[in-house]
Amino acid sequence: MFQSESKEIISVSPYRAHPAEIVLIKDYTPLEKLFRLKLPEDVEFKYTPGQFAEISIFGVGEAPISICSSPTDKGYFEITVRNAGSLTSALHNLKKGDVVGVRGAFGKGFPIDNFFGNDILIVAGGLGIVPLRGLIRYIMYHRKDFGDVQILLGCKSPKEMLFNDEVSQWGRHLDILFRCTVDKADPDWKGNIGLITELIPGVTLNPMRTYAIVVGPPIMYKFVIKELLKKSIPDRQIIVSLERRMKCGLGKCGHCQINGIYVCQNGPVFRYRDIKGLEEAL
Amino acid sequence: MVMERYAKISKKDFSKWFSSLEDHGRLYGPKKKEGRHVFRPIKDISELDLNYIPTILPPKKYYFPQKEKLLKFSIKPFKTAKAISEFEEFVLFGVHTCDIAGIQCMDVVFREEPVDSNYINRKDRMTTVGIECLKPCDKYANCVSMGNHVPKGGYDIMLTELEDKYIIHINSIKGENLLHKRPYIKKCAPADREQLDVLRKNKEQVFKEEFIGRLTEVYTAFSKLYKSDIWRDVGKRCVGCGNCTAVCPTCYCFDVLDELEFNLNDGLRYRIWNSCQMDDFARVSGGEDFRPGRDARQRHRYYRKFKYPVDKFNRYFCTGCGRCSRTCMAEINLIETVNDLIGEYRNVSVGI
Repeated sequence: MFQSESKEIISVSPYRAHPAEIVLIKDYTPLEKLFRLKLPEDVEFKYTPGQFAEISIFGVGEAPISICSSPTDKGYFEITVRNAGSLTSALHNLKKGDVVGVRGAFGKGFPIDNFFGNDILIVAGGLGIVPLRGLIRYIMYHRKDFGDVQILLGCKSPKEMLFNDEVSQWGRHLDILFRCTVDKADPDWKGNIGLITELIPGVTLNPMRTYAIVVGPPIMYKFVIKELLKKSIPDRQIIVSLERRMKCGLGKCGHCQINGIYVCQNGPVFRYRDIKGLEEAL
Repeated sequence: MVMERYAKISKKDFSKWFSSLEDHGRLYGPKKKEGRHVFRPIKDISELDLNYIPTILPPKKYYFPQKEKLLKFSIKPFKTAKAISEFEEFVLFGVHTCDIAGIQCMDVVFREEPVDSNYINRKDRMTTVGIECLKPCDKYANCVSMGNHVPKGGYDIMLTELEDKYIIHINSIKGENLLHKRPYIKKCAPADREQLDVLRKNKEQVFKEEFIGRLTEVYTAFSKLYKSDIWRDVGKRCVGCGNCTAVCPTCYCFDVLDELEFNLNDGLRYRIWNSCQMDDFARVSGGEDFRPGRDARQRHRYYRKFKYPVDKFNRYFCTGCGRCSRTCMAEINLIETVNDLIGEYRNVSVGI
């Protein structure tokens, strides 16, 4: 009369972490380092720019970290980490050859499929450049498949600029319009001074075919989005990535919740249209 | 078509039957403790007390333990292994219909992809024996408004006390196995079924809805009153202790924590219950707090019962057990809060 129930133990745990060897470390600032990680050949690790991984150091814990490389970078992936908490400070103490645990990739990345054939405006504030660097690398690799590409980059001071080796190249690319601004300049700074919001009015764009991708500190979104809407970019074409405390990555633990949605599963990348009604989002 | 199945057991055989359940796994049931009741392992039927109002903690501690191993690891060499190789069969005996509703809520959460293997491994080894409440428990419960004062599935068998016997509703093959090969378990006669129908009818006279409006109105009030002053008032009284979430049968937020052995190389990764009422719950390492204020955190708790899961799972995550109100040191009362919201919603609607 009844269906019998399965009693097999489910042995694949979503909490299992895979070993990834640190094959390269780059110091960008006293607080921020890039780590290049290599997983064993038999571990499948597929991702799109904008997704994140849960990085483990056993005994210390686990933290959600943005992936800053592009799937076009074969054989490894990269993260760039600010020394800010217990896991990240332990990570900063590791050396080349050390092993960390990796779960993921998790979440929804940038909707690149929608970006193809359109113009791209990237607005990066502070650490927001970290996930966007992966997207920029992807776009550069497939450059001809996109329309105009503009990058606006803002940070507190020239000293805090991440990826400066790559950033200086972006400035030289003829097929990318790159502008950079700092809140506070050094004597030898030749770029803009001021907030990133101030760069947007001067941008020339076709709003109907432009995707604006904005990542930065929480305070930045309100002001930048306001400027983008003034440029008549539709809210479905404004893309943001939101930082939250994502403990499990599985949509269960509750820490990353924004009203009814889980950032680790439904995000971290969202269309502004989909979150503008959520009180806890921006 | 699957037929509903009923059986019955005379009270004089109850003890014999209870002892025989040991064969189906370790028995847990309600037991007296310092004037309250708690779920505990039951070794002898004399410890069991089925005449109880909701226990201090719901039985979730058995299928979603307060501290649970997730992963075994060693640092050098990097190794991971299953933390739990065996999950034991167990019987939850004498579970109220409100707590069974809680189990059903947890099910939809942990069975949703990506599935939670720990939860499912435990839950698959659990047998649930329910007991129907025949009188309302106290002023804190709101099970009638939630529709959880009567059995609605989610159990293997359900017991309903009827004079000198229990009527047994069989809801699964696991449940059937608890009754199999026991000659003292009798078929239910049509007269018994009629008696059960009368009992349910009589219950309607005694069990009264606690909310001043129906659930659809509660949902609408929540949808409209996110910015209500009611949340400020609740937040002012809240002391942020997190008792309400610990005792809630549908709260499942957790944190993950590593513990090392003395050799500082091998260890275990655990998950432990966590509470959205803690002020660091939504704080990230950069220092940003994405849900500051006890008012916002209390509102979040309520919305996780009456709004968000309704949108996502089509299910209210309040079971009506009343534990959060019963345990609150600041006497924040769920029935009052919900009724205040309905009241305000009605006033606002009239105003428009």
